[in-house]
Amino acid sequence: MDDAGAIAAFWILASLTVGSALMVVVVRNLIHAVVLLILSFLGVAGLYVTLSADFVAVAQVLIYAGAISVLILFAIMLTPQAGRDNAETLLRLPMLLLAVVVGFTIGLVSLETDWSIADRGGFEETASAIGEALLSKYVLPFEMASVLLLVSMIGAIVLVRSEGFSEEE
Amino acid sequence: MLLERLRGGPLLAEWWDLRDIGNAVGGFLQRIEEWGAPDWVPYVVSGLIGILGILLWLLASQIVFIWIERRAIALMQNRLGPNRVGPMGLLQPIADSLKLFLKEAITTRDSDRLLFWVAPVAIFTPAMVVFAVVPFSEGMVLADLNVGVLFLIAVAALNTMAVFMAGWSSNNKYALLGAMRTVAMLISYELIQVLALLGVVLFAGSMRLSDVVGWQSGFNTWLIFLQPLPALAYLIAGAVEINRSPMDIAEAESEIVAGYHTEYSGIKFGFFYAAEYFAGFAISAVAVSLYLGGWTAWGLEQWVPGWLLFLAKLYLVFSIFIWTRGTLPRLRIDQLMAFAWKFLLPMSLLNVVVVGGEVLIWREMDLSAGVALPVIGAVNAAMAVALVVGWGRMLGHGRPERRAQRALLTTEVGANFYGKAAPGA
Repeated sequence: MDDAGAIAAFWILASLTVGSALMVVVVRNLIHAVVLLILSFLGVAGLYVTLSADFVAVAQVLIYAGAISVLILFAIMLTPQAGRDNAETLLRLPMLLLAVVVGFTIGLVSLETDWSIADRGGFEETASAIGEALLSKYVLPFEMASVLLLVSMIGAIVLVRSEGFSEEE
Repeated sequence: MLLERLRGGPLLAEWWDLRDIGNAVGGFLQRIEEWGAPDWVPYVVSGLIGILGILLWLLASQIVFIWIERRAIALMQNRLGPNRVGPMGLLQPIADSLKLFLKEAITTRDSDRLLFWVAPVAIFTPAMVVFAVVPFSEGMVLADLNVGVLFLIAVAALNTMAVFMAGWSSNNKYALLGAMRTVAMLISYELIQVLALLGVVLFAGSMRLSDVVGWQSGFNTWLIFLQPLPALAYLIAGAVEINRSPMDIAEAESEIVAGYHTEYSGIKFGFFYAAEYFAGFAISAVAVSLYLGGWTAWGLEQWVPGWLLFLAKLYLVFSIFIWTRGTLPRLRIDQLMAFAWKFLLPMSLLNVVVVGGEVLIWREMDLSAGVALPVIGAVNAAMAVALVVGWGRMLGHGRPERRAQRALLTTEVGANFYGKAAPGA
């Protein structure tokens, strides 16, 4: 992070990420909020790129900006009265307090932590290293996650399955 | 990156060796460096040249292919096609694009103005960005990412949101219906695409596109011979992604006017139109790089510039899309989704397992490529035929009486779930 390009990139991406994240909370229109959330995700992906975590950056775009956002969209579209927008609620004050507490804690921790700076430079390639780690050292969590996903997929199919629909046709 | 690639290899690193246009650019950049410009100047200049080159090439190809497509489809459908503007109607695309520029871009009263304005840009960008990782020839690649294949899928996934933005912000029921159809299609076929590309990555052992091309040139084979089924699945999923017949239900004229861009006119519609073509070229470019050997052709690349070979293959693949558009009828949405989930997905999953096993056996038993690759190709081709025929039979497509007569409506799913008939069902 020595040269001017990396520093400029960091500040541009950081302001993009934080700014659009703030706008997600502020804007009234829920669909606008989703679009801004995607912008925030893309900013985070850009930050990963500056940290030479290329695989994580692309996975961030693929999973968060591509898939999770569509999931949120579907949730909004299927919610009754989603058209009434991001209106005022009773939870406003407690949530504000909670946000302040969380923000304060994170800020304090990040200021107090003794950050160690790696001096070995950037990684060459992360994709193959991640793949090997996932299938050797972390194979159990990896398999558990895949089984969990399979279970949820089967559950979804069972939920919407129609009994004897194909037979009566 | 460009400068490093110029040294070594059979290419002459001289600016006039146009088998690699990168040479000319490289010579220019070296000149800049000799003038004593700072380090970042050649980097930025090479990026700008690449972007401008790709954009100009895309626009030129699009203008030519609009004419070719309209004339070719007219021939297939036994009519004349555009033949009034210029000789044989050659100037028709230019007249059309001028018209798009000059027409008023209407924004309807109740639309969401911000998203309505952003959507054409958001759909145009991913279609262009894909070309950053595509190797046009040896060394002619803008950003040779080592996660190139994943990058392609990730960028394509951004399309979904742009389409939804266009459909939702129009405040038009047909636009919204088209957008929802597209979203459903894109998420389904994205899976197929990922699984199809996974086979390629398993063989090549790298996600870098130039490495995949290098692998194919090193073993003197094209991956389509080793992976016939995923290549087909990728092309089908690509046709879905770029909304071309027979998968163009998102803009089915007879059902929902023009789908998600119903309300767009003028240059905003032009953006959608161009993005569709660019995405088509992008799908073809990726298919050529990953399955058809990219810029190599069994030694021919030593005589013919690699980028010419690449472009020839690309246009050939794109012509397949034109051909299918001219000949095949449009699928119904439930047929399309059932095809993805019940037909392509299980076969793609099986293919990944088989390819993984094959590559493992090849590596573990240390077989020579001359023995292993023909065997793998034959096994996979036999598997492809057996799977397509067998799975089709099993699903009952051979017997018309077992075909589903109509789609399961959403209201019926709800009734089934809650145990009572929904109103209007």
